[in-house]
Amino acid sequence: MDSLTIFLILLALGFVFGKLAERRHYRSIQAREEILVCLPATSCKKPMGNSSPINHVELVHGHVVVSVDYFKQLLAGLRNFFGGTIQAYETLLDRARREAVLRLKESCPTANEILNLRIETSSISKGGSGDQVGSVEVLAYGTAIYYQPASSQHSSP
Amino acid sequence: MFVSNIEDIPGKTITTCYGIVSGSTVRAKHVGRDIFASIKNIFGGELTGYTELLGESRDEALGRMKSQAQQLGANAIVNVRFSTSSIAAGAAEIYVYGTAVTVE
Repeated sequence: MDSLTIFLILLALGFVFGKLAERRHYRSIQAREEILVCLPATSCKKPMGNSSPINHVELVHGHVVVSVDYFKQLLAGLRNFFGGTIQAYETLLDRARREAVLRLKESCPTANEILNLRIETSSISKGGSGDQVGSVEVLAYGTAIYYQPASSQHSSP
Repeated sequence: MFVSNIEDIPGKTITTCYGIVSGSTVRAKHVGRDIFASIKNIFGGELTGYTELLGESRDEALGRMKSQAQQLGANAIVNVRFSTSSIAAGAAEIYVYGTAVTVE
């Protein structure tokens, strides 16, 4: 009986806090994406439509570790039984990827463009019981390009 | 030291190639963080302890790769790739590799 109570408490905690945390995270992601929309990140290897001289380049990366809550883990376990899309993990990975790209952009706010953006995902803790995902790490890395400012081209060394 | 994950350094030309350089670290968190992370696993959300840990180890791996390139006399590393693998519960290996070159 005791273990059932604990299980139900964990489930309720996961449901309430998980939902709140996800909603808050999505709000912050959307707000920051709007600010950083002027810094394009592409998976191409050459700068597109811009042939201004390049001042310098830099390797930039951003990463995040996010975990799914207890309620969703259970939900995903049930889904595994019946088959079909596991929405709990879809939103988890979506949040993690967008957050990683945002952190990459925030680490170089003065760059003009980010080339060759790569996103890598790995599950870092294979939950104690079975092979449930639990938490994922997403790493985004790319090359930040800084063009020479157009106005000071003749004066720059 | 120029570092990029493209095949060249935009705006420069490659003159000499020294071959592969790499750096790796294996790190684990202390038990306190592990316990904290498993509690956080109930509520969901970001695991700040793990994020920090992986960030530190990635910086260290990058540093090792850069010092290896410096020893060879290179001034740039191109085509850098990261890879992460968990080798045991609670420990992660970060591996960074690229090609050391001289650019002008």
